[in-house]
Amino acid sequence: MLKVENLTVTVAGKEILKDINLEIKRGEVVILFGPNGSGKSTLLKTIMGFSGYTAKSGRIIFKDQVLNGFPTEERVKLGMGLMYQLPPKIRGVKLQQLAQHLSKDKEKNRTLAVKLSLEEHLMRDVNVDFSGGEMKRSELFQVLLQNPDLLLLDEPESGVDIENIAVMGNILNEHLKKEGKSALIITHTGYILDYVQATRGCVLLDGKFWCVGDPKEMFQAIKQSGYDKCKECICPQH
Amino acid sequence: MSTALKLEDKDKETVSSSGIDLSEKSRSASFYQQDNHTKLFQSFQEGIDILSTDEALAKYPEAKEYFGKNFRLLNRDFPQDTEGGYFIRVKKGKIVELPIQACLFLKAQGFKQKVHNLIIIEEGAKAYLITGCSASHTADEGFHLGISEFFIQKGGYLNFTMIHSWKEDVSVKPISIAHVEDSGVFISNYVCLRPVKDITMYPTAVLAGNKSRAIFNSLILSHPNSLHDVGSRTILRGDSTQTEMIARAVSLGGKVIARGHIKAENKNVKGHLECRGLVLSEKGQIHAIPEMETEFRDVDLSHEAAIGKISKDEIEYLCSRGFTKDQAQSIIVRGFMDISIMGLPGLLKKEIEKIEEATLKGSF
Repeated sequence: MLKVENLTVTVAGKEILKDINLEIKRGEVVILFGPNGSGKSTLLKTIMGFSGYTAKSGRIIFKDQVLNGFPTEERVKLGMGLMYQLPPKIRGVKLQQLAQHLSKDKEKNRTLAVKLSLEEHLMRDVNVDFSGGEMKRSELFQVLLQNPDLLLLDEPESGVDIENIAVMGNILNEHLKKEGKSALIITHTGYILDYVQATRGCVLLDGKFWCVGDPKEMFQAIKQSGYDKCKECICPQH
Repeated sequence: MSTALKLEDKDKETVSSSGIDLSEKSRSASFYQQDNHTKLFQSFQEGIDILSTDEALAKYPEAKEYFGKNFRLLNRDFPQDTEGGYFIRVKKGKIVELPIQACLFLKAQGFKQKVHNLIIIEEGAKAYLITGCSASHTADEGFHLGISEFFIQKGGYLNFTMIHSWKEDVSVKPISIAHVEDSGVFISNYVCLRPVKDITMYPTAVLAGNKSRAIFNSLILSHPNSLHDVGSRTILRGDSTQTEMIARAVSLGGKVIARGHIKAENKNVKGHLECRGLVLSEKGQIHAIPEMETEFRDVDLSHEAAIGKISKDEIEYLCSRGFTKDQAQSIIVRGFMDISIMGLPGLLKKEIEKIEEATLKGSF
């Protein structure tokens, strides 16, 4: 599904990601761990083709196509979808407008909005005066309407209350269980691991991959010893 | 209305683009002035006086008292060489749900239209007034001066929407003063989406009565070579008065000066001024000048202004939902020019949305 080969990325002239290699096969769910500022969001944004994230070297291959230079909307057409960590507010544009663009299936829109307690938000301006949790629900809502084959989730559960994490986690899991769906998920809290069947975890430190292993075990180890210990390689699988 | 007026098709389109319903089906009263001729005035509802200012001055002795009263209140002079304009009075306690409409149309080449309007909302009355000002394709190098004096009496409510639909070589100068008594509400909405040579206006609301309110909203699309010097001013004179001003300007290459002035002359007053501008062209200019003044401590005045180009983050967000960059820009601009800020009744809101949609479609 997705192959990242020897990817080095600069942002405003500064090297943020160094020689990254990553492969996500059809049906795989990969968890991305790493402290703040380690380059996790940069990786997602580069995969999405956002401006300002320059691939100095390396390739991103998605469904056998080399994406370098592809505009974001083309990547979306090919089947990528991003759930933002902190989405921007867009005044005067209703969530409903975006929902109708993402999926023409009115019934599907309504059912998902109900499941995520977003019926009232449909008529509100996108992300304007949304709480942290509401934003995440609205992000998941949009990205699932988009029905991508590769989901890129940037901290889907942060700022969400426990009850809603369960709702979101279950809905997400339903999507991922469908044939051929894959995901790359950034998490700090690890809650999402209770809901999705993650194939493996990776730790990103200072723009480099350090560790690959069982996500739950990795998360436990990070929780106990912190990321510094990752450099000393405490994961059993490594 | 259109049969009585014998408008050619092109003019019908222009007049309609300024919010005038030529069928009059959704209106409670109509007034139409072309150049300096009053061509039509009729009310379909009791309790509304509608006629030309000249006739009103001859017919009603009290009309003379209103004429120039708001200018005298602020010790300001006003142009005396006006011809016509409308006199609209909504009688005490009368609630008028369907909008009243007034059209000021420029037709003859080089004509200088100068009108003086008087709008009186008597005690406890409520009305929506839509004024459409526009210029025919024949009105090259036209000029429009529109003086409007609003009198909102105790507990009265007026939602006044002015839509300008001019052309590249027309100069426009509206001068408005509203006087609002106890618990009265004056809402002034201004929409200008088509090209114009220059517009200079700085309407003032004097909130003389306690607990009175004034709201100014404006949506401006500035085309290349257009100059909009527009603002709004509220004088918070009564106790516990409130005002809010929201200006949204998009420059496609024209210059917009967005002024705003809130003056607190009493305690417990509240005012907020918001100006947002988007510059979509290299040549465009927006200059926001918010001003606030008070001599009292117990006041709450605030402002926020944000001008610049469309945020890259917003465009990318929409691209990540599958829109192209051009689509994303268009969605953001349409959202930015959202008319739901204007507190319009459903029907009028839909009509103006339609006009906006049609104009924006042709502008990008």
